[in-house]
Amino acid sequence: MSGAGLFVAQFRREWIASLRSLQEAFNPLVFLFLAVTLFALGVGVQPEVLGGIAPGVIWVLVLLANLLALDGMFRRDFDDGTLEQLVLLGRPLFLPVLAKMAAQWCLTGLAMTVLAPLAALLLYLPAGVVDTAMLTLLAGSPALTLFGAVGAALTVALRRGGVLLALLVLPLYVPTLIFGAGAIDLAMAGSDVSAQIYLLTAISMLAVTVAPFAAQAALRIGLEQA
Amino acid sequence: MAALAGDAGPLLRLQEFSCERDGRMLFQGLDLAVGPGECVELRGPNGSGKSTLIRAVAGLYPDYTGSIRSAECLYVGHRPGLAVLLSAEENLRWYAALRPGGPGVSAALERVGMAGYERVACQHMSAGQQRRVALARLVLCPAPLWLLDEPLTALDAAGQQLVLDLIEDQRRRGGAALCATHQPLDLAGARVLDLADAAPAGAPS
Repeated sequence: MSGAGLFVAQFRREWIASLRSLQEAFNPLVFLFLAVTLFALGVGVQPEVLGGIAPGVIWVLVLLANLLALDGMFRRDFDDGTLEQLVLLGRPLFLPVLAKMAAQWCLTGLAMTVLAPLAALLLYLPAGVVDTAMLTLLAGSPALTLFGAVGAALTVALRRGGVLLALLVLPLYVPTLIFGAGAIDLAMAGSDVSAQIYLLTAISMLAVTVAPFAAQAALRIGLEQA
Repeated sequence: MAALAGDAGPLLRLQEFSCERDGRMLFQGLDLAVGPGECVELRGPNGSGKSTLIRAVAGLYPDYTGSIRSAECLYVGHRPGLAVLLSAEENLRWYAALRPGGPGVSAALERVGMAGYERVACQHMSAGQQRRVALARLVLCPAPLWLLDEPLTALDAAGQQLVLDLIEDQRRRGGAALCATHQPLDLAGARVLDLADAAPAGAPS
């Protein structure tokens, strides 16, 4: 079996399973919009205040919504025994794990990027920087899914790993948050943000090369405790 | 069908094999060689370490001492290894992609009596039907050594006979099976390994 075939087979499988449980896939997106609305309601209709904090609010809520989606990422495969079959293949899990991460990103990071203008509208983000906000999300969100998947793999054998997962993963999100929100702030001040976008992309690229290996090792540990 | 075993050596060899679980020694000093065409029934009371031994051989359990040398194996455990949201065909097609070279998904489903259930999601199947789909992997992904953990669970009489037939087929083409079971399999020439005999002295019986 070629590597590409393995990736495609795994991605297809994830995709079909997600389409069959759409409400589960939509939950993090609904959470994101509920939380954005709560911010708008809580702060009140003060466009200059809301617009000023919007970059940070959007990025923090995207982090949290990502976190919500992570817990189930490997749990179902772990429970039904397909994960142990994958490990038993006796070859590197880099591609299957990367395929799972890619499918997960499509449903969280990519979907949130596409829906970002709506959140920007609710938070009075100046219209001129919406494209920058989308660009930062597109460049930065893969790192969120990839680093988060390592945490999800580490906590897969724990029945209630939710809080531990947050404690493990959120510190890893800090660089992405700083550059992501910082870039939108800079764009609002009229500066050039290409450096921040490059840095976000670099973090995501680093995650692509490191996270699948780390997640694979973590999954093996989890299965040995089962 | 082509012979599965390349050389004449045993497909599985355990030497001085001991397993520990949560600080308790399950069995120790186990020696076992399973050659082509053999079937070994693994017996023992609940908690005697049957599943642990099988998981250790499969490579899913690290807390053992001694040596394991094993041919490529196929493990069917307590968990069916089927995504409940996917249909039988989608599940098996994934397995076929992981381990190509088998007879194909529809042939495997037909062999286990599940033809016509290709498009039924596994969550709408009974436990016995799910087990049959899980057993279709034995047909789908040829491997010289089968590791079966309670393969008869949840199966009706015809299903149990099917498992025995599959094991016989496997033996005939030079493969082997290690099978943890409480029910005697009644296979001609099958050996029985009782883990109670290898339990450490002083263990509760």
